[in-house]
Amino acid sequence: MNPHSLCATDPLAVLFAAETGVERLITLHAPDLAIIVIYFAMVLGIGFYLKRYTRKGEDFFLAGREMTAWVAGLSFVSANLGALELMGWAAATYQYGILATHWYWIGAIPAMLFLGIVMMPFYYISKTHSVPGFLKLRYGESARGLAAVMFTFMTLCMAGIDMYAMALVMKVVLGWNIHFSIWVSSLTVAVYVALGGLFSAIFNEVLQFFLIWLGALLIPVLGLIETGGWDGLVARIHQNFPQGDYTHLWRAMGSFTDNPMGIHWTGIVLGLGWVISFGYWTTDFLVIQRVIAAKDIRAAKLAPIIGSYFKMAVPFIVILPGLLGLAVLPFKLVPESAVGPGQHSYNEVLPLMLARYCGPGLLGLGITALIAGFMSGMAGNVSAFATVWTYDLYRSFFKKAAADSHYVKMGRWCIIVGVLISIGTAYLVMQFKSIMDYVQALFSFFVAPLFGTVLLGMLWKRITPAAGFWGLLAGTVSSITMWGLVRADHSWLAVIALSSNAKDMAENMYRALWSWTICVVVTLVVSAFTRPKPVEELTGLVYGCTELPSEGHLPLWKRPIFWAAISAAIFLILQWIFW
Amino acid sequence: MSEDHHIVPVWFFIGVILLIYGVIILATGVYGLSHPPSTVLSNLQPALWWGALLIGIGAIYVHLFRPRKPRP
Repeated sequence: MNPHSLCATDPLAVLFAAETGVERLITLHAPDLAIIVIYFAMVLGIGFYLKRYTRKGEDFFLAGREMTAWVAGLSFVSANLGALELMGWAAATYQYGILATHWYWIGAIPAMLFLGIVMMPFYYISKTHSVPGFLKLRYGESARGLAAVMFTFMTLCMAGIDMYAMALVMKVVLGWNIHFSIWVSSLTVAVYVALGGLFSAIFNEVLQFFLIWLGALLIPVLGLIETGGWDGLVARIHQNFPQGDYTHLWRAMGSFTDNPMGIHWTGIVLGLGWVISFGYWTTDFLVIQRVIAAKDIRAAKLAPIIGSYFKMAVPFIVILPGLLGLAVLPFKLVPESAVGPGQHSYNEVLPLMLARYCGPGLLGLGITALIAGFMSGMAGNVSAFATVWTYDLYRSFFKKAAADSHYVKMGRWCIIVGVLISIGTAYLVMQFKSIMDYVQALFSFFVAPLFGTVLLGMLWKRITPAAGFWGLLAGTVSSITMWGLVRADHSWLAVIALSSNAKDMAENMYRALWSWTICVVVTLVVSAFTRPKPVEELTGLVYGCTELPSEGHLPLWKRPIFWAAISAAIFLILQWIFW
Repeated sequence: MSEDHHIVPVWFFIGVILLIYGVIILATGVYGLSHPPSTVLSNLQPALWWGALLIGIGAIYVHLFRPRKPRP
């Protein structure tokens, strides 16, 4: 799950609609198949190799807390860089132009830098093994229980949805049997993560990061050569689509009706850039787990900052292919619902570009990039699920004082069972596709309030344990209520999303903003009437009660804040260039 | 990474797979000189130079991060 899935441009929805009536786009040759088979052999081999190093709980669930900043940072980004990112956002770009880049820049970079500089020290110093674990330390069992149950449920559902979407991609692109794709890919993930735990998941995520980049990078490189660079690309898009503005980030954001997404800049800045982005990147354990595994606090702070540079570059392999599709394809792609014989839909833009530029061998590398993207996301989901289930639910509520080896064994079984449940979810979604919308909405209900709960808890010692729980619950319930109100009576849209013209995406943004606000207000009000924890119990958890290690002895270029400042500067320059 | 466990660095595995992929793709590129694929810009021989690039990156990683005996 990632914040990208919280929008209603909804790459998933586009992909799901693609199930019927589409012939395969690409035919693989022997070198392509060899590349794919070698990839599967390599990831399994890494799992078997690392099994011997994961006997203790800290090894299995936290990769021994030995990861360097680079490994943790690349894994942090890779766990988020699923196949749906590549396929879905290239499709969204063909539909909406460069606006899709907001989900990579303002929807990620400020939050990642905030995580590295402000929040990571508390996650790391508290020695928590998970985000629900942090809530236990800060607020107590009730907040932890609520967060853990929501997280495990949503993680498995999302893994199933991703799995089904990936199998669908393989069917549409390659003509592969959907059951074959689901079982082979997911069981491979189950085997290598169950064997090597987080060690194996992280190792493979870093490997997958390289494959995703090297597999997808040729498309923009050759595309820019064909169009004669960026200026040529823009000129061709204007020539092919003279009515729309596909190449500016902010110019058409002044009104809900001026842009095809139907969103106002306040929704992008406050809803996406603040609540949803910060909620996901700073509290979703799927990505936080990779950073907690860092070897020391400096590495933990640097990891998301390193990740921010690569996240900023991802549009090069995702957005640019979509724009190139607008510029060079000799036919126009159409919405999935309007596909006729011989036509192609938006979601096929990336495979079409792959087939346009990549011959045998390179094609296999590109397809491997898609498979690697799926596996990294899947491994992230199941490894995070295993940790939260084992430590935050099983150890807390079912078996409190077992041997460490017992929990490792439980973790391994969790991986297997988690993957099987995800497969079940995938088949459930296959039968009842509306489930996908509900689960995605459910996850969005939870992300924004959780951010309010964690942030207030970290920054203010006056916030009480009761306030943490009730704020989280109120934010989540209010989000679900707002969602239900709009479904029951569409006139509520103008109240919640500030405009009756707001599209689903804009509604998601504003609903997240309201639910976060309600969480914060309830937390503050309940805190005013209940007793806070003694200060000595907040050491290592709350700003002002924790002595943070000084970095004053380090040269400037070794300090995380220095690299965060450069990342922020590049982010601002990019906004200016593509304004 | 993994000093305590003496695990082979992840960069070595990356180097190995890139090296293998580089060889396969370079070979298809060489074959493509006489049997060019029907892709746009195939005249630029992307498989040749992309394969060579992968071999270069892979070789560097394998060399720099190859398993060594831990120092006593």
